[in-house]
Amino acid sequence: MVARGLLTFKTNPSIASTGVTAGPLEKKSPFVSLFDKMYDEEQSGAGTNEQGHAKMMEDACMIALSKVDSVPEDADFLLIGDLVNQMTPSNFCAATVGIPYMGMFSACATSVSTLITAALLTDSGFSKIAIAGAGSQHNAVERQFRYPIEYGSQKPETSQWTVTAVGVAAVTPNKKGMPSIVCATIGSVVDLGMTDPLNMGAAMAPAAADTLQRHLDGHGTKITDYDCIMTGDLGKTGFELYKTLASNNGIDVTENFRDAGEEFYGEDPSFFAGASGAGCSSTVYFSEIYAKMLQGEYKRVLLIATGALLSPLSFQQGDTIPCIAHAVELTMK
Amino acid sequence: MNEKKYAALEKEISPKTPYLRNCIKAFLVGGTICLIGQFVALFYMTYFDFTERTSSNPTVSTMIFFAMLLTGFGFYKKIGQIGGAGGSVPITGFSNAVVSAAIEHKSEGYVLGVGGNMFKLAGSVILFGVFSAFVVALIKTILVKLGVVSW
Repeated sequence: MVARGLLTFKTNPSIASTGVTAGPLEKKSPFVSLFDKMYDEEQSGAGTNEQGHAKMMEDACMIALSKVDSVPEDADFLLIGDLVNQMTPSNFCAATVGIPYMGMFSACATSVSTLITAALLTDSGFSKIAIAGAGSQHNAVERQFRYPIEYGSQKPETSQWTVTAVGVAAVTPNKKGMPSIVCATIGSVVDLGMTDPLNMGAAMAPAAADTLQRHLDGHGTKITDYDCIMTGDLGKTGFELYKTLASNNGIDVTENFRDAGEEFYGEDPSFFAGASGAGCSSTVYFSEIYAKMLQGEYKRVLLIATGALLSPLSFQQGDTIPCIAHAVELTMK
Repeated sequence: MNEKKYAALEKEISPKTPYLRNCIKAFLVGGTICLIGQFVALFYMTYFDFTERTSSNPTVSTMIFFAMLLTGFGFYKKIGQIGGAGGSVPITGFSNAVVSAAIEHKSEGYVLGVGGNMFKLAGSVILFGVFSAFVVALIKTILVKLGVVSW
């Protein structure tokens, strides 16, 4: 039987460099020392939130390229995405950098879906440098999905804070001494009937547990094979649910389980259940995890980015929140 | 796992909404706003030629103005997070809803942006406020005609 949605890369493409940019509030993140560029102002000096979002993406791409001594003309593909309608920040970023571009959307799981696609393009020999990644900008996303920024609504403890951050990776053919992409699992949409957009972690947890199970079964690996299994942005509530679901499935939940959203702002209660947004998983994966792999602390990791595939229209019409989780496995030899 | 089982698990693990604490905070925040409003009304009655009945219009305008400033300087969202309904039910909450939407949509221009969106949140308050006022007035008119109560 051919396992559905599973990918194994023959040439193990490498992540040759990463570029991470983040907004002013993200200075509170424990990972801040690993971010490449921070802005003092939410709009990154641009005129609008959306333009600022595009600028953060451009800067992240340029940083990743400069680290491999390249210019945009050297890159073959740009695969990025964000959460704004029709992904205009990604589109404007692509217009500026001028790399052949495909906008991709898996909500907050875009970090991994782009990485998988970049690995496929590299594996098949079509790409020497492909930029993959995702980002989000707090104000631009909140106004679209929830209320105006200055509106005084009361957020519950389960709600998550959309990050202002962009993380991209430059994927190249296998390079020695660089983290490489070994295999992946494309998620299936899981919908267990959750409807609360202020508790997205609970909606996404089943998708993460499902993809984890499918990855382990499909690729024949065990939890103990990994130094770290990091989910995307389940947040404090969703992460607890996900660990419960995993242990119900007979998986031994260890210290190796981590969640980018849960850790992003540390224990600061003003961010409620933690971080979310397409920029959450991408920045932590491409800073914290990438750095730990380069240092040799992590030899094998499984990254499961989670995304809630809702729109403001769909939940107002009373629909449930369908969710997805894509997994990618990285090794360092 | 089916939807029902998961809903039960979600309920068990998600932090509970502290209803009592929220109610107390809403009472204190809403009460404080109303207390300030009372002082503003007394100010108009003491220093200007207003009665208890006629002072309500300038009081409401003043409270709206205060809330507008607080929204613009980014404080009202903090009041809303602490006070919940205590921050949104008084007239200051209405002001916050209008002003926050206006600030938000300034980037799309004054006509389609600010003009088209500033009542995005407050519009339903106006609609249902006017409608419920109409219904209450209708009931009272009938009762007056029947001689049950007087104006």
